[in-house]
Amino acid sequence: MKSDPTFLRDLHVGAEFDAQLCMNCGTCTALCPLGIELMPRKLFRRALLGDREGVLGQKDTIYSCLLCRLCEANCPAGVHIAENVRTLRVALNRELFGLAEA
Amino acid sequence: MPIPIDSTLGMLADNLRKRRSALPMGRRTRLAWTKGLGIPRGGETVLYTGQMWQMVPAINAMSRQLAKYENSRFSGVFRLARSVNRFVNLTPFLARTRAKERAVANARLRNVARLLRAAGVTFGYLYEDDLYAGTLAHDEGLDQGFARHARFVYSVLKAHGVQRVITVDPHTTNMLRTVYPKLIPGYALEVRSYLEVLAESTLPTPRPVDKSVTLHDSCVYARSEGVLEQPRKLLTGGGVRLSEPELSGKLTFCCGGPLETLFPGRSGEIARARVEQLRRASPNIVTACPLCFANLSRAAPDQVDVRDISDYLTEAYVPAEA
Ligand code: SF4
Ligand code: SF4
Repeated sequence: MKSDPTFLRDLHVGAEFDAQLCMNCGTCTALCPLGIELMPRKLFRRALLGDREGVLGQKDTIYSCLLCRLCEANCPAGVHIAENVRTLRVALNRELFGLAEA
Repeated sequence: MPIPIDSTLGMLADNLRKRRSALPMGRRTRLAWTKGLGIPRGGETVLYTGQMWQMVPAINAMSRQLAKYENSRFSGVFRLARSVNRFVNLTPFLARTRAKERAVANARLRNVARLLRAAGVTFGYLYEDDLYAGTLAHDEGLDQGFARHARFVYSVLKAHGVQRVITVDPHTTNMLRTVYPKLIPGYALEVRSYLEVLAESTLPTPRPVDKSVTLHDSCVYARSEGVLEQPRKLLTGGGVRLSEPELSGKLTFCCGGPLETLFPGRSGEIARARVEQLRRASPNIVTACPLCFANLSRAAPDQVDVRDISDYLTEAYVPAEA
C-alpha cells in the first residue's frame, strides 16, 4: 500500500466526514443488506491512511452502498457512515470520471 | 458487463443541468394526475410531488431495458447514449412507459390530494414548477450539480411566495427539509409529509378497512425524517390490522431501490429478500414511498399484494363522492 498524505485533503472532507470515529467493531458489515466485507470500516481505514489507489480501486463497492443507514442506526460510535460514503463518491466522480463540475 | 458508472452518472448530471430532472418527462405526463381536481395555482401552502410518482412508470421501463444490458457487452451503447442525450432528451425513447403503470402512479397522487381535502387542509399546486428535488444527484455524489439545482428549486418556490410545502414521498421530504437547509443560507420553508399533516388533522370518521397488512418503512422516512408513528396511526385508525415484519421502524431493511440505476441485479436480490421478510408477516404489503413501491412490487410474486398506503387511507377516510 502506498500512503499519500494529500489524499484526505483532496477528498475535500467536510465536517460530516468522521471516519476517524470508527472503532472497527464490524457491526455495520454484519447488518449491511449487501453484506460487503469491505464496507465500510476497511474503506474508511484506507481513506484515513491515505491509500488513494486502495480507495479508488473500490469503485463498485463505493457506488453499491444503498445509503440506507441501517448500519448507522446501530453503529456504537455514531459514525455518519452514509455521508462518508457519499463523500468518497464525490472524490471518485472527480478523480475517475471527470465529473467534478457535474 | 456491468452498467458503466461514468456514462450513467454523466447522463444524470446532463439531464439535471439541461432539463432539471433525473428522468425528464413532458408536461402532460407530469401533470396528468391533476385533471379534474381543480387545485388552485400557487399559494402559501402547496402540495409538492417532486415528480417522484410520475417517474415510477419510467423507472420501471428503464429497469426492463437495463435488465437486457446489465449482462451484455454493449458498454458502447451507454457512451453513445450519453452523447446523444446531451442534445435530445432520450428518456421517452429509453423508457417506454405502460399506460397501466401511469394510471396507478397518477391515482396515488390523486389519493393524496383527496385525503388532504377530506382532512380540511387548504393547498395549492405549482403545476409546471413542481420540480424534481435532485435526490439521485445528491446520493451519487454529484455535489456541484446538485447544489446548483437545489438553489434553483428553492428560488422557484420563493418566487411563488411559498411558505409551506406538503410532500408526498420520503426523498423529496428529506431533500427539502434536511439537505437543502445545509446548502442554502437563510433557508425558510416549512416542509411536512402529507402523512404527518394527516396524522395531525381531524379526519372524517372512517369506513373501517377490514384487512390485515404489514408495513414496509422507507429507510428515509424511518431513519432520517422520523416518520414512523404517523403511517401506523393512520392505518390502524382506518381499521387496518397491522403486523410488523422482522425488521421495522428504525431498523427497517432497504427495498433495494437506490441500486436500481447502477446495479439492477443486486437491487432485485435485495428487493426479493425484503419481500420474503415482509410476506412472513402478511402477504399484503404496504409501502409509503414510490420507489419502495416500484422496487418491491416488481420483486413480489403473484400471491403477494403490494400497495401504497394512500390506497388504504383513501378507502378509509375519503367520502365516496369526494
Ligand atoms: S459500526 Fe461504526 S464503529 Fe463499528 S465498524 Fe462500522 S463504522 Fe466502525
Ligand atoms: S448505508 Fe450502505 S454500508 Fe450501511 S447498511 Fe446501508 S448499504 Fe450497507
